[in-house]
Amino acid sequence: MIAVQQAAPTPDPLSVPANAPEHCPGTESELAGKADACAGCANQEVCASGQARGPDPALPLVRARMASVKRKILVLSGKGGVGKSTFTAQLGWAFAADEQLQTGIMDVDICGPSIPTILGIASEQVHASSSGWSPVYVQDNLGVMSVGFMLPSSKDAIMWRGPKKNGLISQFLKDVDWGDLDYLVIDTPPGTSDEHLSIVQYLKESGIDGAVVITTPQEVALQDVRREIDFCRKVGIRVLGLVENMSGFVCPNCKNESQIFKPSTGGGRRLAQVMNVEFLGAVPLDPRIGKSADYGVSFLDEYPDSPASMAYLDIIHKIKEILGDA
Amino acid sequence: MTTEADTPVGRRLRSIKHIIIVCSGKGGVGKSSVSTQLALSLRASSPTARVGILDVDLTGPSIPRMLGLDGHPVHQSSDGWVPVYADGSEARLSCMSVGFLLKRKEDSVVWRGPKKNAMIRQFLSDVRWGDLDYLVIDTPPGTSDEHLSLIEHMAPVHDRISAVIVTTPQAVALLDAMKCLSFTRVTALPVLGLIENMSGYVCPCCGEISNVFSTGGGEEMARRESLTFLGSLPVDTELVTLLDAAEAERPDESAELPEGGSKRSFDLLERYQKTPTAPLFKNIVDKILEQLTLSGASR
Ligand SMILES: Nc1ncnc2c1ncn2[C@@H]1O[C@H](COP(=O)(O)OP(=O)(O)O)[C@@H](O)[C@H]1O
Ligand SMILES: Nc1ncnc2c1ncn2[C@@H]1O[C@H](COP(=O)(O)OP(=O)(O)O)[C@@H](O)[C@H]1O
Ligand code: SF4
Ligand code: SF4
Ligand SMILES: [Mg+2]
Ligand SMILES: [Mg+2]
Repeated sequence: MIAVQQAAPTPDPLSVPANAPEHCPGTESELAGKADACAGCANQEVCASGQARGPDPALPLVRARMASVKRKILVLSGKGGVGKSTFTAQLGWAFAADEQLQTGIMDVDICGPSIPTILGIASEQVHASSSGWSPVYVQDNLGVMSVGFMLPSSKDAIMWRGPKKNGLISQFLKDVDWGDLDYLVIDTPPGTSDEHLSIVQYLKESGIDGAVVITTPQEVALQDVRREIDFCRKVGIRVLGLVENMSGFVCPNCKNESQIFKPSTGGGRRLAQVMNVEFLGAVPLDPRIGKSADYGVSFLDEYPDSPASMAYLDIIHKIKEILGDA
Repeated sequence: MTTEADTPVGRRLRSIKHIIIVCSGKGGVGKSSVSTQLALSLRASSPTARVGILDVDLTGPSIPRMLGLDGHPVHQSSDGWVPVYADGSEARLSCMSVGFLLKRKEDSVVWRGPKKNAMIRQFLSDVRWGDLDYLVIDTPPGTSDEHLSLIEHMAPVHDRISAVIVTTPQAVALLDAMKCLSFTRVTALPVLGLIENMSGYVCPCCGEISNVFSTGGGEEMARRESLTFLGSLPVDTELVTLLDAAEAERPDESAELPEGGSKRSFDLLERYQKTPTAPLFKNIVDKILEQLTLSGASR
């Protein structure tokens, strides 16, 4: 006997509002507003009245703001520390290398924002204007928004539960004055929880062009990445492809390659095949990537001829091709 | 009359001597591998030590895989959920994880905060750990619902909880480790010390140490923040393979095992003790035990 206690059928994850209690049946369920769980829920009246999903008042505002953003790309991984933020930064820099293009980076890793450090703008603050919060600009055509710009000290922990995180994400989407953007790249925390659901919910109408999923070669990371791809399918996000990061370590002295995170179950390539997603490429482990990130400089600019830069650029080119922008 | 300790969680955890929360802020720095090694090493620290490991990384559970227990079901008894024993009939290393509750291992757990909170409460109140010397709790990255729920529900046993912080040497990891430290301070959670993981890489060919992810940042942070520095662990490729449970699957084995245990995990401890990291980790555990005795004495 397996103790999986699932009383009601699992609700569609997208129809459970951020402020709903634990056993919310989902706003689109027949039981919406009428289940035991609904007693005391702030949405009960709306749900019970059957006009399922009283639309979130933020939605039209998000839609209006996002109307001037051409492409919205998520960078995801179930696992932490696999290089999502690093990849997001390279993607942003690479897009912005074309002066004709406007790019934005939005960091929704609220408890662990790394983007300001990686882009070398950790000490910046966000400014409010009549048209909303202005992003922090790394260069003329690369704007960034992160909770990291809003903290009095980088040492403070953000001890927020879900609803508060969701509130900030909706503000990032509706109140930030991005202007016209060709690309908005969204860096996410690990896992499949509030941040992910909120971003998908808020952007559902405006449309997400797809997700780039990052993994490292070892099984412990791959198993979380399988879950993340499963999540994308559940909520209807197109997976643009999978990137394997930190695959192989090239010694800076003798150029010998060794496997630090051994692909014991076939690595990203095999996973892509099994799960039927595009394999975008592999980026080797290169200590200079970590250093560049820590010093906030662009690895692509600093070491343009390194195998890792080639790999990044090749992957980014593939992403553009898949989007039809190449 | 109900005292504070008289919550279901308080009652259930009464029979546990020490609760150690492993946290980091950053993902992928080795919380789960440290939790696993800590549980294995604590179990090996005395012939009678009884250890539990609770995985509250609900959307990215790694512990079942690392202990070689992937796919084991959890059984329900009249006295709550029976944990999965990693060492079969000896039953001195018990484990609970959301990973055991999934139908297929690639199923995603898409839960918002309230649901995570309820799961954690249930893990804390309904698992039949029995008497334990140590309960190691592996956490997800961040300082959010899971962490707040843990602290909240364990309030009745707050005097038995302490934390171990794991970081890697890079600035982005240290930044999050600082946030994690600030979390422990706000919640009055005593910190046993800091571990710097993936610190340096000993080349398998020439033995030279290269700094894959630089080194020293964790030790420096511990000094600055007056934390006990528990030690650094180098990048160990054998450890990765071991924790990936990469050995060829031997499906026939589970059949001969009582109570959902796995014989392979016995081998796991033996094989773990042969990795280059094991002796280093033993020093860490010695320091942790020392800290636990100290804090026990000051109470
Ligand atoms: N290919 C790589 N080689 C070496 N270090 C890397 C590589 N990719 C990322 N890193 C480093 O690994 C750490 C984790 O990367 P990060 O982008 O913060 O991961 P995530 O956002 O997934 O948590 C950072 O210190 C980063 O600089
Ligand atoms: N000292 C180490 N050397 C090499 N790899 C390690 C080391 N510690 C952890 N790892 C590997 O790094 C990956 C991430 O570790 P994990 O414990 O899952 O991190 P977290 O739980 O913090 O996300 C795992 O594949 C793990 O085996
Ligand atoms: S009232 Fe609506 S939102 Fe609240 S629990 Fe019921 S269905 Fe969910
Ligand atoms: S053998 Fe080669 S790969 Fe290994 S550390 Fe020495 S120089 Fe580097
Ligand atoms: Mg990140
Ligand atoms: Mg983990």
